[in-house]
This record gives sequence, structure tokens and C-alpha cells, in this order.
Amino acid sequence: MARELWEGNQAIAEAAIRVGLEAYFGYPITPQNEILEWMSKRLPELGRAFVQAEAELGAINMVYGAACTGARVMTSSSSPGISLMMEGLSYIAGTEVPMVLVNVMRGGPGLGNIAPSQADYNQICKGGGHGDYHPIVLAPASIQEAVDLMPVAFDLAEKYLNICCILIDGSIGQMMEPVELPEMRPVVRKDYPWAVNGAKGRPRRILTSIYLDPPEEEKTNLRLLKRWREAQEKEIRYKEYFIEDAEFVVIGFGTAGRVALSAVRAARAQGIKVGLFRPITVAPFPYKRLAELARQASAFLVVEMNAGQMLEDVRLAVNGSIPIEFYGRLGGVVPFPDEILSEIQRVAKAKLRADSDPIADWMKRMEMIAR
Amino acid sequence: MATLMVPENLVYERPHSFTDAPTHYCPGCTHGVAHRLIAEVLEEMNLTERTIGVAPVGCAVFAYNYFDTDFVEAAHGRAPAMATGIKRCLPDHIVFTYQGDGDLASIGMGEIVHAAARGENITVIFINNANYGMTGGQMAPTTLPGMKTTSSPDGRDVETQGYPIRMAEMLATLDGAGYVVRRSLHDPANIRKAKKAIRTAFEVQERKLGFSMVELLSTCPSNWNLTPVESLKWLEEHMLPFYPLGDYKVAPAVAAAKI
Ligand SMILES: Cc1ncc(C[n+]2csc(CCOP(=O)(O)OP(=O)(O)O)c2C)c(N)n1
Ligand code: SF4
Repeated sequence: MARELWEGNQAIAEAAIRVGLEAYFGYPITPQNEILEWMSKRLPELGRAFVQAEAELGAINMVYGAACTGARVMTSSSSPGISLMMEGLSYIAGTEVPMVLVNVMRGGPGLGNIAPSQADYNQICKGGGHGDYHPIVLAPASIQEAVDLMPVAFDLAEKYLNICCILIDGSIGQMMEPVELPEMRPVVRKDYPWAVNGAKGRPRRILTSIYLDPPEEEKTNLRLLKRWREAQEKEIRYKEYFIEDAEFVVIGFGTAGRVALSAVRAARAQGIKVGLFRPITVAPFPYKRLAELARQASAFLVVEMNAGQMLEDVRLAVNGSIPIEFYGRLGGVVPFPDEILSEIQRVAKAKLRADSDPIADWMKRMEMIAR
Repeated sequence: MATLMVPENLVYERPHSFTDAPTHYCPGCTHGVAHRLIAEVLEEMNLTERTIGVAPVGCAVFAYNYFDTDFVEAAHGRAPAMATGIKRCLPDHIVFTYQGDGDLASIGMGEIVHAAARGENITVIFINNANYGMTGGQMAPTTLPGMKTTSSPDGRDVETQGYPIRMAEMLATLDGAGYVVRRSLHDPANIRKAKKAIRTAFEVQERKLGFSMVELLSTCPSNWNLTPVESLKWLEEHMLPFYPLGDYKVAPAVAAAKI
């Protein structure tokens, strides 16, 4: 298919439709309104289900109901809305039914603002709702990547009977880029052995997240954990740039990773042997690969649009073996490539210690920026 | 004995749309009566194989153990939203929710109002027992003024705890509502009327005539601290005057269908 100019949110919505989305339930919130709006036009004209719910609470529970029928279903929202969805997400995880969530992060906490942010990494990657569960989280850095991950997200959700989240921020949602969308595929409702669709010619089915007997609940938790471990084993995705001869490595996901790539390219032009590691699955997190890279590189520089949330995962992977530096912008501020380039230049020259406190050091430098 | 067992002599039988599981409800609780009426209607309308029930959070949380239909278990108050998701994906199936008054009229107020406003083609069976049964008898939005509960120990003081909500009357104001009525389970005559209303509600859904709800005045002997028989009397004397029985909304299309 030809490359066309698309807005991120609309491209994501259309990609979902083309890979067989049957139902969408959502509620307006900037910067993801265009997903809801696109769905409101396209789904009815294709004879598929669309409801603008009374709130995110309603939307996620409609998704829950639809997921129980075995339909391909998704919703989308942004930070305050995602917080409101946490109840439903926990029930969906506990009931072991598949769904896709497009999470377009904005500045927070509270009402925050509508600027691009990555401050909800912990919220979604570490579960978010109550109970022991892990959504699968994919973090594309471009519209094309988001579009390409759409079918992957549905497949992963259905394979692992889990929530699969596409985690982006308002900049990816609202910018325009040339993209190649997938071909329109026919909708096929899979005949799942668990779906509720009428007990005709078979024993009735019950979908629930209640297990009053703690040993039964423990078994359920173990089942979730087993699937999660399998996803950790099989589904890790990342992208590496200039890694082969890199002396130190910048790590960033989504937009921060993309901005960092420009900085890394500029640094390479100056002869600095730096590489970029961009996790695509931020949950499950590529701990193993980062541990390997920590044996090759002399230091890591983590770049995020938050106060070091993924940094904690990187520290876990590195386990104190090499120094880690951090650079973050907060509250909806997107770093410029120049800022990251000067961080790269600093790290290239600095005498770093593995036992330093990257957050404290960064905060000192931040005070200069904020002034 | 043997002659009693021939089908001709059978006057009472478990509806086939029930499973064999004994219910967990307290003795004399009218939740069981409401279940039976639904099961009878599903069987009579031959809907068992095409129905998906949505259980609430409340005493009826295990409703799915008793109906021989597919069932899901919703989060507290969210049953109408979950039912919406199911119905939109299976428009030719029958989807019903079964909800208590805490579930429907308190935490789930948003979901129920908007499901009715959208004219969501689902059936809601609403059990109004004037308190939160499952959590031990706290005040519900439907608790009567002056009524003692574990969280209104001196009786519901409307000055500080507000007034009860009449859900049937409220939802009847919405254009999306096709059929909204209130019935009671306190004696056999009323139980028969309740069954008829449940049947009509499912017929409304079957004919895609919009949102249908049957509010059922129900007892909670355990938390009312009354015997089952006293509870029925209490319902009649105290709840009926406050929650008048009646048809609050019968949309023109429903009336025309002469169900
Ligand atoms: C979010 C949430 N809040 C609170 C509860 C605790 N809870 C369980 S049942 C219930 C009240 C149910 O009362 P009602 O809907 O009146 O049904 P009944 O038990 O009387 O049939 C509450 C508050 C819960 N499960 N989830
Ligand atoms: S607590 Fe009340 S509503 Fe619940 S089963 Fe017992 S009597 Fe019925």
C-alpha cells in the first residue's frame, strides 16, 4: 500500500479497524480525541460497534463486556482517563480476557496539561489497578511503528489473554507523518473456548474475576504469572542503533527515544562512540539484553519525559555493574535533541561512578535549567 | 408416594433454566423468588441458550451459579456498561443485568442512567431491599427516611443523609427507556404480577424496543432483623407507601406491541 500523510491518532484508529477491530468504547480526552472521533465515523459505517460512554469508567466496562464475547475490542484514553479505567483493567486482567488499550500520555499528576509526557510509565507497566497482574505494554516511537504494532497488540492480547497497551504520548498522537497502513482484513470472530455467546449445544460458560477461596485465587494468580513469564521469555522487542562499537549507550522509549536518536546521530557525527537502545516492549522489559549491553558499554544514559521511571528498570537490569546517568524533562516538556546531545557530550568526558545517584545529579543540573 | 411422581401430578418443578446448585441466600430472602421468576420467564420464552446474564456485586454476586445460561460477573455498579459491551457485540442475544440498590442506585448510578438514556436494548432486574445486604446492612440510597441501618444507627436523617431515590420514576423520564415498572415480591398475587412484568421486559428486549427495567421491592430479613414473615409485612407497610407500584414508562411502541 502507498504511503500517505496521516495524523497519529487517526492512523492508529484506522489500523485497528483494518486488522479486525469489532468494537470501540471511549470517552473524549485530549490528546486522543481523534481516535474516538475516527471510530465514531468509521465503525458505524462498517456495521461495527461504537459507543461514546458516559465516562471512562463506563467505557472500560463496556470493553470488558465486549471482550467477554470474544470480539476484538479496544479503547483509548489519556492520563486522567486511564486512571479512571484502572478498576476495569484490573477486572479484565483477573477475568483473563483480551483487549487493547491505546494510552496517550499527557502531563500530570492531576489534571496536568495536554502536552506530551511519559509520566504514566509506572502506572501502566506495573499494573495500575489492584491485584497481581501485568499488562503487556508496547511503546512505539513513530506513527508507522504504532500502526505496525496494532495487529501485534491484538495478537499478544489474544495469545496471553491479557491487556495489551500501546503506550504513546500526545506528540505521536497528534503529529502527521507519511505512513503505510495495513490492508483491510475481514472481521473474524474467533471461536474461543471461553467466550460467552449463548450456551447453545454446549455447557454454559461463566466469566468472572471472583475466587472467594484463596487457594483458587492463588491458582489464578499463578496462571497469570505463568503467562506473564512466557511473554517475558518470548515477546521482548527493542531497537538498537549504532550499538556495535558503542562505548556507552543512551536508553529511551517512545518520543524520548526518538529525540535521543537525533542526538546520537549528531554525536556520532562528532566522533563520539555512542549507541541508542530503544525498548519497544517496556513491559515485559528487556532486562536480559540490557544486562548484556552493560558488559559491553562503560555507561548508560537514560532519557525520559518523566522523573526516572524506566530508569528503575534499567538499574535493575544493570545491577550496579556500570554507571547510569539520567536526563529527564517533566510535566509535558519534551527535550530538544540539543539538550540530549550536551548530556551525551558530558557523559563522554565525565568520570562516572557506578555508585552515584543519577537522580540527585540530574536534579542539580535541572535546577540550572529551571532557573 | 409413587403416584405423586407421575408428571400429570406435578405442580411444582425447578425451572430448567436453573442449575441444580442450592442458593446461598439467607432463608426467606426474596432474592431467591426473583431468581425463580427470571428462570421461569427464560424457559417459557425459550431464551436459555441465547441469554447472557450480568451478575452484580452484592448478595447476588453468585447469581451465575444458579442460571443455566452464560454469565459474567461485573464490577460493583458497572453491570449496565458491561451488558452494553456484550449486547453491542451480540445484538441478537438476550442480555440482562441483575442488580441490588447499592449497586444500581449508588455506585452504578452513572452506568444505569446512561444505559437507559441510550435506549440500550438490555433488561435490568433491580432488587430494591432498602439496604446494602452483602456488606452487612448499611444505608443504601433507597433506605427509607428514619430507617435504622448499620450506618444510620439512629435512623436515616434526611437532613444529613439525604433522601431516598426512586429509580423507576427517575429512569422513566428518559426517552431511551422502553419499559420501566415497579413490582413487589411480598405476596403471591404481587409475585405473579412481578413475573408478568419480567416477561414483558424480556419481550421488549426481544423486539428491540429499548431499555427495560423491572424494579422489585424485596426483603432482607437478616439485616432488617426481622423474621421472613415479618419482613414481608414490613415491606408492605413501609416500602409500598414510599415506593408505589406501577408502570412508570410504557413507551408507545411497547404499548402498541401489546405484549
Ligand atoms: C468498588 C467497590 N466498593 C465497595 C464494594 C463492597 N460492596 C460489596 S457488595 C456492596 C453493597 C451491595 O448492596 P446492594 O447493591 O444493595 O445489594 P444487596 O447485597 O442488598 O443485594 C458493597 C458496598 C465493592 N465490592 N466494590
Ligand atoms: S443479606 Fe439480606 S439480601 Fe442478602 S441474602 Fe441475606 S437476606 Fe437476602
